Parts: sequence; C-alpha cells; structure tokens
Amino acid sequence: MSATNTRRSRHTGITLSKRTGLVFVLPALILFAVFVLYPLLTALSYSFFSWTGIVRGDFSVLDNYVTLFTKLPYRDQVPNAFFHNVLLFVGAMVFQNTVGLGLAVLLHRLKRFKRFFQTIFTLPYLVSPLVVGYLWSLMLSPLFGPVNFILKAVGLDALAQPWLGNPATAIWVVVFVTAWQWVGFPVLLYGAALGGIPQEIDEAASLDGTTSWQRFREITFPLLTPAIGTVSVLTFIGAMEAFAIPYALGGSQGSPAGATDVLSLLFYRTAFESGASNAIGTSSAIATLLFVFIFGVAVFITWFMRKAERKLY
Amino acid sequence: MTSTTPVLTEPAIDIESAGPSEGTPRRKRGFSLKDATASTLLWVYALISIAPLLLMVSNSFRTTQEMASSPLGLPLAPTFSSYQKAWVTASFETYFVNSIVVTVASVLLSTAVSLLAAYAFARTKSKLFATIEALFLSGLMLPVYLAILPLFFLLDSLGMISNLWSLILVYGALGIPFSTFVLASFFRQLPIELDEAARLDGAGAFTTFFRVHLPLVRPAIATVIVFRFVPVWNDFFYPLILIRDQKAYTLPVGITRFFGEYQTDWATLFAGLTLATIPLVVLFLLATKQIVSGLTAGMSK
Repeated sequence: MSATNTRRSRHTGITLSKRTGLVFVLPALILFAVFVLYPLLTALSYSFFSWTGIVRGDFSVLDNYVTLFTKLPYRDQVPNAFFHNVLLFVGAMVFQNTVGLGLAVLLHRLKRFKRFFQTIFTLPYLVSPLVVGYLWSLMLSPLFGPVNFILKAVGLDALAQPWLGNPATAIWVVVFVTAWQWVGFPVLLYGAALGGIPQEIDEAASLDGTTSWQRFREITFPLLTPAIGTVSVLTFIGAMEAFAIPYALGGSQGSPAGATDVLSLLFYRTAFESGASNAIGTSSAIATLLFVFIFGVAVFITWFMRKAERKLY
Repeated sequence: MTSTTPVLTEPAIDIESAGPSEGTPRRKRGFSLKDATASTLLWVYALISIAPLLLMVSNSFRTTQEMASSPLGLPLAPTFSSYQKAWVTASFETYFVNSIVVTVASVLLSTAVSLLAAYAFARTKSKLFATIEALFLSGLMLPVYLAILPLFFLLDSLGMISNLWSLILVYGALGIPFSTFVLASFFRQLPIELDEAARLDGAGAFTTFFRVHLPLVRPAIATVIVFRFVPVWNDFFYPLILIRDQKAYTLPVGITRFFGEYQTDWATLFAGLTLATIPLVVLFLLATKQIVSGLTAGMSK
C-alpha cells in the first residue's frame, strides 16, 4: 500500500513510462524523420556543393549563392521573382485587412444568415489553388471570358483587355486571385475574435459618448491584434510559398515575360527544367535562402505580435 | 451596435441600442439605412465570392459554342457530354481514383500515428518527449516542400517514383505536425483521473488508450481528418515532381496536362475543374461545423 502511494505521488500527472511512451511516439517519429527531417537537413547541405547533374562535386562554400546574385539569368530572375512574392504578401494583407475585416464586422452585427455568408465566403478557400487559378484564367480570357464580356456590357469597353497577356496587369491578377481565395479565412478568424470581445466594454464606452468609429479604433481593433498576428504570419508563409496559382495563371515560366514569376516557380524551374549542369547546387541555394527567410520572418512576426499583445493588456 | 461608418453615427441611437446581441429594440424600429448598406455589401461580396464557382458548374453543362455566343448564359438545355469526355477520354477517372486512394490512405496514416504520438505527449513529462513535440511543431512553420530534391533522390533510390505509395508516405509524414498539435491539446484536456481509474481496473497503457481515450477525442479526430483531407486533395507540388507516369497522376497534375491538351474545349475544361472540386464540396457540406470551428480554433480562449 505504501509502495503504491509513493509511486503515485512521484508520478503525479504521468501515467506512461518512458518506454511505453516511446512505443507510442515511434511510428510518427520514424515517418517524420525519414520523409521530412532527413530531406530537410540534406537539402540545406546540397547548396554548399558544386554539382554535375546528380553527381555531387567539391565543397564550394558559398559559390552557389554568389551565382544567384552575379550570373545571368539568376541575377535578374531572383530579384524579379522576390519582388512578386512581396507584392503578393502586401496585396493579400491589404485585401484581407480591409475587405476581410470589413466583412467580418458586418457579419458580426448580423443576426440571421450568418452561417450562410460564412459558408459562401469560405468556399473559395477550400477549392484547390490550381483549380482556382485555371478557373480565373478562363474567366479572364480575352477570347470569350465572362469578365471582359461584363465590362463591355456595362459600357466599360476601355477596361476590357487580355488581363493575363499584358505584363503590366498579369501580376495583379495573381495578387487578386490569391486574395480572393484567402479572404474567407480572415473573415472567420476575425469573426471569432470579435465574438470574444466582451460587450460590456463597448457598452461602457458608448455610454461615455464615444462615436462608433472611435470605439472600433480604440477598443475593437487593439483587441483583434492576436487574430491579425495569426493572419499576418499565415499570409506571409502563403505568399512566399505561392506556387499553384502563379503556375496555373502563368505556367512554369511565369509568363508573360516573367511577369508572374515567383521564387517557388524559379526554384522548380531551376531544379527540374533548366537542364543546367549545376542545377541542383543553384536551386538548393534558392531553396535555402527562401527557407531561412520564411522561417526567420515568421518567427519575427510571431515575436513582434506577442510583444504588441503584451503592451495592450 | 457599433458601426464602421463614422459619418452615419448618431450617438443618441447608439446609446439606446448599445446591447449588441440584444439588438431587438433597434430592430423593431425597422429598416435602417445602415442595415441596408451592410446587407448590400455582404450580398455584393457573396456574389464576387461564389459567382466564379457557380459559373464553373453552370458552364460545365453547356457546350463550347453556347459559351462563345453568350458567356453568361444558363444551361437551359443541360448536357453531360463534357463530363463523359473529361471522365473517359481525358482520363479523369484514373486521376480521380488515384487522388482518392492517396488522400484517404495518407490521412488515415497521419491520423493514426499522430494519435499515438499525441497521447504520449499528453501523458508524459520528460524532456525527451517535449523535444520531439517541439520538433514536430516546428514543421508547422517550416517551408518543408523546399526539401523536394533529397526527397526525390530518396524515393528514387527506393524505386518509388511514380508510385502512389511515395505520395501516401510523404503526405502522411507532412500531416504529423498539424495532427499531433490538435490531438495533443485534446488529450491534455482529458482528466488524469480517467487514466487512474482505468489503471485501477487493471487496464494497461494500450487498453486505456484504445478503450478510454480514443472514444473521447472523436471530435478532434474528425477535425484532423477534415483539415488534412483538403490540403492533400488539393496539393499539386509533390505529384508534379514525384509522379512521372500519367497512370499515377493525381487530379491536380492531371489537370495541368488536360489544360494543355483541351485548351479550346472550354466545356470539357469546366467539367474537369468541377469534377476536381466535387469531393471538397461534399466534405464541406458534411463537416461545415468542424471546418468553421477548426479554422477559428484557439481564438475562443
């Protein structure tokens, strides 16, 4: 009796021995180690070697990285693609935090049809990005695409154009289509955050004679900070990893003339389509830079938002 | 209730209708300009959100000639011939079956191994397990797809390129971070007394897990399954690189090929896109609750 008692107290909150625990964890650990961890660590090492086809050559220190910024075509393509990723992030952030937030606020006031609107706004988010991209490429087709048809029907003939054929508009199509697909997520997330704000705060402030805009700016908006942080991180990761929508709208070459090129496409092209003898070295350098950048900034945004939150409470 | 439009605000009205959820006094006052604007805006965006998808479905029942003459017409004489063409001639049948096999198998795999691991994370307190859990969690933020080259060589050396098993194993592994994250937080909410009671009744660790805990985390299992199903079904990157044989294409890669071949056959293109979307719509209708609550998980704390 006393033996079991001491055992109990020593093990409060623990019911699995280390050995049993390991048996439980092992299947997941093996799968994760073989198909995620090992490739990830190996991929980083690839970028520090020179390659001939699939044969690894000498340790080349940072040569592959230098190539990216000094040799053509990479010298032009890397900044061009990176700029498009940034546009995508900024564009999607603006859309989600204006249209998305606006819709969430409007929905929050709504008594009926709330679920109905939520469902409709979320549907594009669930559809495959590739399908979304191809669908919009048909919608915007100069041949008999509905978008130009509508523009002409309402007398805006001047606006009707080959949206994806024109380098000046093509990237904005990518930005819009991406934002269109993603907006349901912030609507739901902001909706949940708005629902979590105690009504008493708002009531008290309104009794003090504040306007509703003041209350939104001073009370609602700051209390949304955690949700905005989540949306920012996910939007950042999504924008930097963008692949399927640009692929569907501009092909693997980022047509027209690299106007829809993004870093993931550049990585894919360099690794699998370029036929360059050092394709593995160069593409691994792109992957490593992108990897470090995405992880670094995501961690930074999370840290920054935590700090902002702590300041508020 | 508050409004985002500063111009229309009249403080007197706002004080009276200050209780947002008990907005009945205000509602009784009838139709207000603010409400009308709000619902108009919601309907306008609803249209922007859904119109392309409705058009996709509606055009899949029309012929390409009809679309050329009136891009926005309704399928007044619906025809299923595009579906037949996409399904049989354009091999969508093969792609569809491959996608189903890969998605179902990989989601089951990642859910099964994650359930076991998550249980261990929730019921142990050693540094070793905390480290493994942190390792899994880091997978949520890492752009793991960038590790495709070594993965390709690994699978190639195992002779698994163009084999559906390669996708099943890779997606299975990729599902572990999200699945263990959700499941472990559910297991942690279950009171430890449950374990103690089961142990007193003579049940071992595995019996306790299968008989006592597993039934209790069913809602979490549903969430995990739904939320892994969508990205795996939709993924395009891995099959684009790991599958080189058309017979083993999943839907997304099949669609890229199909768009090259049927460029001007719009009716078939729309039918193909619709076919690739149907399972997601079915899933959404079956699990709207899980999807809406899952997307906002952690916000209701």
